[in-house]
Amino acid sequence: MKENGGKWEKFFKWINGETTIDSVILENSRKKRFAKRKLRHQKAKFIALRLKHSKRRIQEIICIIVAVVFIGILLKTASELPTCGKPDNPVNNEVSERYLEKGVEETGSINLVSGMILDYRAFDTFGESCVLFTAVICVAMLLKRDKNNIDPIEDQELKEDEEIKNADGSLILKFVARLVIPFIFLYGIYVILNGHLSPGGGFSGGAIIGAGLMLYSTAYGQENTRRFFTYETFKKVSATCLLIYCFSKGYSFFTGGNHLKNIIPKGIPGNILSSGLILPLNICVGIIVACTMYGIYSFFTKGDI
Amino acid sequence: MTNMLRFLTENHYEAGAIILFGIGFLNLLLQDNLIKKFIGLNIMDTAVYLFLVSQGYIAGHTAPIATVGQKALASKFINPIPSGLVLTGIVVSVSVTAFSLALVQRLYKKYGTLSLDKVLVLLKEDKEDESNP
Repeated sequence: MKENGGKWEKFFKWINGETTIDSVILENSRKKRFAKRKLRHQKAKFIALRLKHSKRRIQEIICIIVAVVFIGILLKTASELPTCGKPDNPVNNEVSERYLEKGVEETGSINLVSGMILDYRAFDTFGESCVLFTAVICVAMLLKRDKNNIDPIEDQELKEDEEIKNADGSLILKFVARLVIPFIFLYGIYVILNGHLSPGGGFSGGAIIGAGLMLYSTAYGQENTRRFFTYETFKKVSATCLLIYCFSKGYSFFTGGNHLKNIIPKGIPGNILSSGLILPLNICVGIIVACTMYGIYSFFTKGDI
Repeated sequence: MTNMLRFLTENHYEAGAIILFGIGFLNLLLQDNLIKKFIGLNIMDTAVYLFLVSQGYIAGHTAPIATVGQKALASKFINPIPSGLVLTGIVVSVSVTAFSLALVQRLYKKYGTLSLDKVLVLLKEDKEDESNP
């Protein structure tokens, strides 16, 4: 009963916006730390404001004129375009006709966009995966908190954030996350595995799984996510998937094939185990996207996976 | 002029995309806050997706997903190529946004502000401090 009363009191305090003593002390120490920074800022703000009144005004007017002229030129150019939505527009030429009419037969995929991006244009998708991987490497380079990028003040701030978060408990978030996360992962896996049969594929399914990982890490903290997903697993898994993709599509350079033939038989279109290489490639892309999304999120929040 | 009016009424997807692009561009130029600048860049990206998708759209046709057992006819489906290009665009936009926001976070750690004007002033001060200590 007493325990319960304490909890309720805490809850009422939280509703009223009063904070516990610990967080007040933390707040004060943080304020002191920022006082020096603030002084410097006010000086900069003063100078920036003075700049604004003299130079900024002319700059803004020039910017608006440039943008309006730019839109005008674009509108004039685009007004020569054929009417939107007509089947005999020059965009709808023999290339798209071939993709649509021979797609099922040649790729074995019911979803013709999937067949296009992972069979006819598989190198394009490989480039996309590489771009994503490069982006997450760049983010890691800039934000990862290793021996070259350590700030004691920031470490303390992160620790304080963690303490405040643990004191709160975030019951609602944890409960809802426990209910929702299995379904998010299941849905993501479904979207990836059905990429050649229904709308979806590696990119959308990977993004869903990445969102599930982010939700888990927000609700239960990064220590719990580290039990199954560390920086090492991130590196190994995404590099392996990229290499699998690279070798499964790059071997035709050596065999000299004109059309990229599948090693795996195509099967019957419409079955889940069909369409040759598209299913494994979808899985690879999905894993890369999920790792990338979660990697970017965790580098931005905590500076480490 | 009549040509322009005809375009605005018939091709309203393209016209909307171009105006959206202009809004994003102006946002990129006029905002002082760096994060808002990158929001402007994302608006420009969205305008490009809208333009591409409207190019591939054919009135009355459906999404390119074939039915099992039926022959896929080009007269039934929309053009799939712009859809694939939009996918590329989305991926590149996500990557560029992540990279630029990481750079902004580094700038914030160094100078403690997101305003480009203030960052430039502080940068000048630091340079002067270095030249005559």
